[in-house]
Amino acid sequence: MLNQKLKLNPKIFNEDVEQIPIRKGFGIGLLKAGEENENVIALCADLVESTQMNLFAEKFPKRFIEMGVAEQNLVTVASGMSAMGKIPFCSSYAMFSPGRNWEQIRTTIAYNDRKVIIVGSHAGISVGPDGGTHQALEDIALMRVIPNMDVISPCDAIEAKKVTLELIKTKNPASLSLSGPAYLRLAREKTPIITTEETPYEIGKSQIYWIPDIGLAQVGIIVTGSLTHRALLAAKELESRGIKTKVMNLSSIVPIDKEAIVSLAKECKAIVTVEEHQVNGGMGSAVAEVLAGNYPVPIEFIGVQNLFGQSGTPDELIKHYHMDVPDIILAVEKVLKRKTS
Amino acid sequence: MISLSDEKIKELKIKANDIRQSIISMLVEAKSGHTAGPLGMADIFAFLYFYILKHNPKDPSWEDRDRLILSNGHICPVLYASMAHSGYFPIEELNTLRKLGSRLQGHPHREYLPFVENSSGPLGSGLSQSAGMALADKIDGKENSRYIYCLMSDGELNEGNSWEAIMFAGKNKLNNLIAIVDRNNIQIDGNTEKVMPLEPLADKWRSFNWYVIEVNGHDFKDLNEAFKDAHEVFNKPVVIIAHTIPGKGVKEFEGDYKWHGMPPNKEQGEMALNELREIGSRP
Repeated sequence: MLNQKLKLNPKIFNEDVEQIPIRKGFGIGLLKAGEENENVIALCADLVESTQMNLFAEKFPKRFIEMGVAEQNLVTVASGMSAMGKIPFCSSYAMFSPGRNWEQIRTTIAYNDRKVIIVGSHAGISVGPDGGTHQALEDIALMRVIPNMDVISPCDAIEAKKVTLELIKTKNPASLSLSGPAYLRLAREKTPIITTEETPYEIGKSQIYWIPDIGLAQVGIIVTGSLTHRALLAAKELESRGIKTKVMNLSSIVPIDKEAIVSLAKECKAIVTVEEHQVNGGMGSAVAEVLAGNYPVPIEFIGVQNLFGQSGTPDELIKHYHMDVPDIILAVEKVLKRKTS
Repeated sequence: MISLSDEKIKELKIKANDIRQSIISMLVEAKSGHTAGPLGMADIFAFLYFYILKHNPKDPSWEDRDRLILSNGHICPVLYASMAHSGYFPIEELNTLRKLGSRLQGHPHREYLPFVENSSGPLGSGLSQSAGMALADKIDGKENSRYIYCLMSDGELNEGNSWEAIMFAGKNKLNNLIAIVDRNNIQIDGNTEKVMPLEPLADKWRSFNWYVIEVNGHDFKDLNEAFKDAHEVFNKPVVIIAHTIPGKGVKEFEGDYKWHGMPPNKEQGEMALNELREIGSRP
């Protein structure tokens, strides 16, 4: 059942559940961040509406910087602005930023310890018809290996708004990047609303959205970003088949909630990870790194299996690349067998 | 800014010579690092640190200081030597260059040496960072309280990122940004015009809406005029293309691209130091 201690959207499983693109939540959050803090600046590489920076740009034209199609300059100019006390958000499609400008992000932002938020919009396979060139399936891997870089992949528009507002807060000096430089991963497509304004949120903390009605869970499903709703649908279906699961929203991939992941593994002794990203180097890999060193259990990984994407509708692609609800159910059944054998 | 007195010029020459000697000593001690660029830029760094820059070594984080961004981080021996001779840290510390635990990393790192404005090394990004700083100051109405100086190499103009920055600064009319290009005509693989031709370089910058000044980078009077001009430009970013001789000050190193990324050994270092001491002792 839904863990309603977290005040999740009670309509999650309704046919007519409200659907909003995750990037839209960012756009609303950025506007609010701009109102709260006059140092917030937005830079965009010729994709103002797509990346939802238009709300901010209309309200704060002087604090909006149009960079043109120049992603290397996008993040390096942001680094310079941060040096003078600004809090820059720079947005483009994830494929181009951090896809094209990785070294600039590493050197001028992370190594320089400049508080810049890199917003990778249109991440994942669900960009759809634009095809393989535009489907960023490697961005989590690229960003999570850079020291001093938070990596956050919100599950819905409401969480995206909260993350955006969290990221402008002053860096916690006690921790290596909570939140200095950060990467915020957003999806293009309409995504069902899972959380509510009342759902608590904290960077670096995971949350359990689905719990068994009674007793311990047999499998822990850990999900990040836009597939969270599908993971919940899978959990519900599994419950009707008598398989008890927990679903963890791991929107904060760095810093990673080690304690909660280990505790979930201890309870379930089997894990399935779900992400719209290459399995190599993604969130699932991060979970595996934590568990291999602390509490090894069988893991099944849902994600793209070392392939490029192609054109299609988002739903077709999610299905074609085996990230849909039936795929998650199969993975749970498979890991259950591995656990008991 | 007034005309340079002969006395000031003499003082700057002595400073530049001190900086060059420190560069040789630290490179010999480090057994790795770049020789030609730092020696070639010693006059400009002396001119900046001991004349032009608004800064206070006793109060390095002074808010209104000019910002000096070194884009081509590999010439950091000249930056470190200039900072040490200005009093940011003890001159003896220069001998720790490139050693484990040193504040003087092979390419500058602001986390280790907090008085440097930026960590750099990978080429082509410093001008963008400088443009971001200049634009932030414009947004805050602080463009008249300080300058953003970006020191960069000619070789790094091969980088696309550099031209993105040049386009951006021109668009935003960042007249509080002054780029200084070390036009020494060499890069690792040889002469810049052979590796990847840059000429007509001044025209290129002009066509991106920059105000261009060309200058002899070893002539303090020339430099003074150039910076005077640069400070008077009100609607464009300014680039000072400084023609320099790589390895300047040591005859055997001058103009030879092989010294771009190679340090002198002990004997070569002694020879260089003797030559520099001799020049330095001249009236």
